[in-house]
Amino acid sequence: MQYQSQLVAKPYFIAAIGLFIAQIIFGLIIGTQYVIGDFLFPEIPFNVARMVHTNLLIVWLLFGFMGAAYYLVPEESERELYSPKLAIITFWVFLITGALTIVGYLAVPYATLAAMTGNDLLPTMGREFLEQPLITKVGIALVVLSLLYNVTMTTLMGRKTSITIILLMGLWGLAFFWLFAFYNPVNLVLDKYYWWWVVHLWVEGVWELIMAALLAFILIKVTGVDREVIDKWMYVIIALALITGIIGTGHHYYWIGTPSYWQWWGSIFSALEPIPFFVMTLFAFSMVNRRRRDHPNKIATLWALGTAVTAFVGAGVWGFMHTLAPVNYYTHGSQITSAHGHLAFYGAYVMVVLAIISYAMPIMRGRVANSPQAQLWETWAFWLMTISMVVITLLLTGAGVMQVWLQRIGDTPLSFMATQDELATFYWLRLVGGGVFFIGLIAYVISFFIKGDVVLVSVDGETKDEKVHIPLEDEIKAVEKQVVAKEKDKREEEHATAEEENKPEVALASTEFSVDEKSQKER
Amino acid sequence: MDNAFFTKSVARNIFFGGSVFFFLLFLVLTFDTTRKLPKTDFRENLTPAVVSGKHIWETNNCIGCHTLLGEGAYFAPELGNVYTRRGEAFIKVWMKAMPTDAPGRRQMPQFNLTEQQLDDLVAFLKWTSEIDTQGWPPNIEG
Repeated sequence: MQYQSQLVAKPYFIAAIGLFIAQIIFGLIIGTQYVIGDFLFPEIPFNVARMVHTNLLIVWLLFGFMGAAYYLVPEESERELYSPKLAIITFWVFLITGALTIVGYLAVPYATLAAMTGNDLLPTMGREFLEQPLITKVGIALVVLSLLYNVTMTTLMGRKTSITIILLMGLWGLAFFWLFAFYNPVNLVLDKYYWWWVVHLWVEGVWELIMAALLAFILIKVTGVDREVIDKWMYVIIALALITGIIGTGHHYYWIGTPSYWQWWGSIFSALEPIPFFVMTLFAFSMVNRRRRDHPNKIATLWALGTAVTAFVGAGVWGFMHTLAPVNYYTHGSQITSAHGHLAFYGAYVMVVLAIISYAMPIMRGRVANSPQAQLWETWAFWLMTISMVVITLLLTGAGVMQVWLQRIGDTPLSFMATQDELATFYWLRLVGGGVFFIGLIAYVISFFIKGDVVLVSVDGETKDEKVHIPLEDEIKAVEKQVVAKEKDKREEEHATAEEENKPEVALASTEFSVDEKSQKER
Repeated sequence: MDNAFFTKSVARNIFFGGSVFFFLLFLVLTFDTTRKLPKTDFRENLTPAVVSGKHIWETNNCIGCHTLLGEGAYFAPELGNVYTRRGEAFIKVWMKAMPTDAPGRRQMPQFNLTEQQLDDLVAFLKWTSEIDTQGWPPNIEG
């Protein structure tokens, strides 16, 4: 770790993992309620458990993003965080607000909670994903503003990199679109229209900037590929993401009382939304293939590759599957939506947060990477969670196709509940998938407690595994300084070469993104 | 870098230019939609009862199980067209009879709504069922 203040990220990451565990437990509860309808009723009705499941996801991802920002910004800005103390205060405010909200959901009926928390003053509650009481919504806004103040000041006073600019744009965008959570017109159509400005413009808009910035940061660190190359890929990816994704919001405006032309705008632009995710996959693999060093943190690299691929499949392919209006006419609001939601969120956002945790956590714990034994546990966790989530998605897709067939197509459509009975087998198997996911998650948590052999990094950057315990902090600093210096040299060198040779860089379609180090030296 | 064809700064400019352009286009479409909405949402029928009904819908977290115009949870039936599917009397009797306590079946909580609240909720569901949703859902089952 180069700057002491990066350590404030640690409680954020720990809280994120804690809430992740809780999220999955509630996922298992609602998964069970899908097949045993009266499970835990009336203590925890489905709507409460589902709200806890989705809200915990949002909150723990926010914890992850915030931890990532507090970790990444000082390192990129090459200076200490503007105010570590503020970051810690903010952490506790967020954790306590979040915990009290969940307790509120579980302890009292939702209507009582709404009455208790002043929802009548400004009704914002009771909309999917935005169920939080007004106080919690204000709390989230304040917590994000505190983060923005802190990291923006740090950036302004330090080095400005493309990664921090994009990360900050993503975070500012997150804060801006959150404001629409406070807008709840009495006209349901308008309500839904602007509800998507939070939901869609978060996950298919500004969050993708955050994701791209985190992925770029991790890839620079683990592959040692030149920053200029990585930055360019990042810009291409986020350009494609926003160009397709903003108008792509239209794929939510087909059937909610909005004009029919959205079927064209939505279909055309959202059909292109898989492209940035595909480029992201190319990006991750191409950078890892062209790596200039073998970082001992293999599992962080695996998460980085995994997030690119799974986001492409979950958000890209599964999104495309039901995004065209004529298809969506039949699949809208079915289990297909649920299938897509699960793999997209897991692939794009869960995995990128786990990737940054996987990269940063060992460093914050005083080592460049976890022991091979700990990494093996985490690798098992990676595959168990990822494969089970893919299986869950396939099962929900099967359920969705059958649901559409029985309930919406055909001369004698079944009622919703009669259809659900027919889908029980899919739901049972999905629950098994959820169980395997939970086992993977337990393996993930265990990996943090596996000691194993210490990974040593010699100053020349080569790794060797030895069973000797020595304090590593100085060594890590030495290596990281060397890498930074190398990067700087390389930048200057390439800059000079490019000017000298007047050689155009290779275009996007080619596999090579810029003149690579070797060919330059040969020349 | 400056002389190359596709440089980082070109990529950056496409990003900034493209994002701004398409966001502005989105705003234009939003403006046009806002102008046209009265023709599809029939806002002239937004009576105080409908407004109150939406509030009751929200404060009981109905969206946590049901979908409304296809959005929400997928655990319980679509309610955007429940007014046409079941009618007022059925909805009110149903709400009062919950939960069924049938073993192993999905359970809907008892929300203890007053007669007035039930009427308002029905008014909201009636208004919702009249929104022009471009022919969705495909059939009455939602």
